[in-house]
Amino acid sequence: MMEAYRYPDGSITYPGHPIGPGGEEPVGTVDLSEYTAEVITWTTSMAAPPGVREPNTLAIVEFDVDGEPVRALGGVTTADVDIGDEVRPVYVEELREPGAGIREPESQEWDGYRFEPV
Amino acid sequence: MENVAIIGASMTQFGQRDGWVLDLLSEAGTACLDDAGVTPDAVDHLYVSNMASGEFEGQTGIMNAVAHDLAAMPAYTARIDQTSSSGGAGIKHAWQSVASGASDMTLLVGAEKMTHRTTPEATDVIASITHPVEYKHGVTLPSFAGLTARLYLDTYDAPRESLGKVAVKNHKHGVHNEHAQFQKEVDLETVLESPIVADPLRLYDFCPITDGSAALMFCPESVAKEYTDDYVLVPGVGGATDTHVVHERADPTTMRGVVESSRIAYDMADMGPDDVDVAELHDMFTILEFLQSEDLGFFEKGEGWKAVEEGRTEMGGDLPINPSGGLKSKGHPLGASGVAQAYEIYEQLMGEAGKRQVADADTGLACNVGGFGNCVITTLMEAN
Repeated sequence: MMEAYRYPDGSITYPGHPIGPGGEEPVGTVDLSEYTAEVITWTTSMAAPPGVREPNTLAIVEFDVDGEPVRALGGVTTADVDIGDEVRPVYVEELREPGAGIREPESQEWDGYRFEPV
Repeated sequence: MENVAIIGASMTQFGQRDGWVLDLLSEAGTACLDDAGVTPDAVDHLYVSNMASGEFEGQTGIMNAVAHDLAAMPAYTARIDQTSSSGGAGIKHAWQSVASGASDMTLLVGAEKMTHRTTPEATDVIASITHPVEYKHGVTLPSFAGLTARLYLDTYDAPRESLGKVAVKNHKHGVHNEHAQFQKEVDLETVLESPIVADPLRLYDFCPITDGSAALMFCPESVAKEYTDDYVLVPGVGGATDTHVVHERADPTTMRGVVESSRIAYDMADMGPDDVDVAELHDMFTILEFLQSEDLGFFEKGEGWKAVEEGRTEMGGDLPINPSGGLKSKGHPLGASGVAQAYEIYEQLMGEAGKRQVADADTGLACNVGGFGNCVITTLMEAN
């Protein structure tokens, strides 16, 4: 599940925050993995940190959840991508090797979604 | 409230240094005390700007260590961490300590020791500032730059070469800075053919990994006059934040922290962008110089690249940007960089910048960016 939070003013953020952009607590969640998104911009990183695939193509994408824009960043399954492309989230069990980098492995989740051009 | 003055400044050689973080801090701190003509027992507050001495070197508690090494006890001391804008944040804390009347003499020293780490290790220490949903994808600060550069070039129809010209300009400026890590010009072809780091950005679009330290001495203007006739005033300093999660920004090509921090600083100083004669911007990546020059109000949105193409930001242009060589050429020892930006403006306003002196420079601006615009400090300085 790619969980985003919905707030009383209708705004949605990914990730969720205890208090939303309008200053209010969330009232619900949205699973972004059920939607497609549009590529806003992308890059291919050739200098990845420890435990990360190289090259690592990343994109900022925008979902349209019933008229409400929600942005997310994630890896892309291919380097053959461009601004304006439509992508869908694809589940990956381990996005980078836990423990290879500086962050404590138990402090966060390492699975998630990469984006695949539709 | 009394005017806040800077009466002394120093910076060490930037680059790959043999010393560790405490050695660098002591080197710059001692030099700043000497430059200001201030004895250690006169220091009321001592701030140490540093992002990650614990992570890079396993050395924590550096503020107390520096106070001891400089014999500045019992001065109040604190370490200031605001990632890459730790130096700027140190300026804000030092300014506040004097402006509030809490301190009559505040020493600020910033430093980072990084080059003993491999590039992937150093990149990961810096990337650890990111949110877990970003970090797990292997995002790095350079990859944020690549994402933003592509969007900027696409949105504003700017040529890729314009980014390269920022690197060419700042390397050209850095030739005359004896403290710079790179004192060597590069040509556009070299920049554009260097290895890709984060497409469309290449190696020469990025600052190096650097060791170094810089320091400033702050006091009320009335106290400054007891020490010297020549000093620099700090009429405005503003700080602001943007989202921690970078992709949540509605327009990634606008740095809201730069917009807000400069608005605060301009209002405080009763100045505007047209008053600035020389600026030091946080060119950790070439694209950042475009974004800051626009968000500080120097140029219209989407036209910062044109100013570079027209030579307006070069030495001799109507607004020289990064006469020091910037982070690009001078180097970027995280906690020291914001302090070193102000050091350069201090030298310019004192008329002591030598071959890189900007003619008739009376007012200068330093913009220090933490993360990818997550935290920003803008400082205005003027000659007395």
